[in-house]
Amino acid sequence: MKNINNIFKKEFKSYFFSPIAYIVISIFLLVVGWLFFSTFFLNRQANLSRFFSILPVALAFIIPAVTMRLFSEEINIGSYEILLTMPVTFRDIIVGKFLAALAFVGVMLAPTVIYAVTVSFMGKLDWGPVIGGYIGALLLGASYCAIGILASSITRNQVIAFITAMSICVFFTLLIDFLIFFLPNAFVGFFQYMSASFHFQNIAKGVIDSRDILYFLSVSFISLYGTNLIMQEKK
Amino acid sequence: MIKVENLTKYYGDLCALDNINFEVKKGEILGLLGPNGAGKTTTYRILTGYLSPTSGNIQVKDYNIYENQIEIKRLIGYLPESAPIYHDMFVFDYLNYVADIKRVEKKKKISHIQELAELCSLNEVMHMTIAELSKGYRQRVGIAHALMGDPEILIFDEPTSGLDPNQIAETREIIKRIGKKKTIVFSTHILSEAEATCDRMVILNEGKIVADNRLEDLRESLNIESFEDIFRKITKGNCK
Repeated sequence: MKNINNIFKKEFKSYFFSPIAYIVISIFLLVVGWLFFSTFFLNRQANLSRFFSILPVALAFIIPAVTMRLFSEEINIGSYEILLTMPVTFRDIIVGKFLAALAFVGVMLAPTVIYAVTVSFMGKLDWGPVIGGYIGALLLGASYCAIGILASSITRNQVIAFITAMSICVFFTLLIDFLIFFLPNAFVGFFQYMSASFHFQNIAKGVIDSRDILYFLSVSFISLYGTNLIMQEKK
Repeated sequence: MIKVENLTKYYGDLCALDNINFEVKKGEILGLLGPNGAGKTTTYRILTGYLSPTSGNIQVKDYNIYENQIEIKRLIGYLPESAPIYHDMFVFDYLNYVADIKRVEKKKKISHIQELAELCSLNEVMHMTIAELSKGYRQRVGIAHALMGDPEILIFDEPTSGLDPNQIAETREIIKRIGKKKTIVFSTHILSEAEATCDRMVILNEGKIVADNRLEDLRESLNIESFEDIFRKITKGNCK
């Protein structure tokens, strides 16, 4: 447990040591803020539903950029050897890095609370869906972080890690929107259940259902477990 | 202290280590020598838990690498060949992080870091990032990393490669100083260095042990005076 904390602290700090963190956060806030507010006044509604419908796609592109270096860089510069020869277990390493990425996503999302506050001045904002939306965003973020970490553990090349993770995340996000039209009815239910944005939208409505939470937790767990298997295989 | 038993490692079809056996006694300085590709680094990597062997076992004290990997890692301080470390960290932050992972007590942590910085002459670079350091300083950070937490066994993989003569002398001085209290396994291509520091040598060639003896005994048995000639004679067999 202590070592999870040590690795978490180191990884989280090192995000803010390089300019990448600030660039990623700025781009995220600019893009999401612009997409949200450019059509906000047309709707004449004081809610954040538009914001939460953009969020899954934005996270699907941004989070792989956050997680891509976690393993690939270590494997590439050779510090992976140092990491593995220190008295830490695979679990410590994976969970520590995962929590650092998730905390970074939390930091990235935090400024968007201002949107909710701004909107609440303009009309009567229902805070239920907003709180649900943020819980959902963190769960979704956790799944994407785990997928990103899995992709990062496969390769020493950060670009490959980024593109792999982004493809998987985008697939899970857009599954419901695009693929469903091409599928026979019998499969729709299954693919809808597989889709991350479906579960996210459920939570973002303000309905916190154990099925949705279970979905995100299982995606995270399976990806992190896969990372563990890959590390085992590398030995 | 360390007992390597029938250790074999294949990378795909390539045999890196072929059934090797040797022992390291407590307090000994053992030189693990051999040409490039002989299997030295592979042996270290298995010993430190970075790789797992195809077959065979390593016993460290009462622990074996299959069941007690974490305990073994706690006993060993390891300096990998190129001492590759996190470029975007300050030297102090890095040492602090290593101290936390190796569970140096909170109260002693700062004084322990200071002590190692003194020993490895790192004081003037503590506030620099590792990316800014010269090769020699990076190597010393690597040595400080290995010494952190006062492990009983130290493993140095070519600690002096790529250093200038002054730095080589300093590094050798450090090894000799700490070698009085610790068990050390190290490798080098500079034979005079091995001659000056090692109690005993294990010489590897193409994954097999070709010599495991004290230098004097080697000299006697082969009847050759110069260590360089001995080394070439026993490792050159298959190279032609």
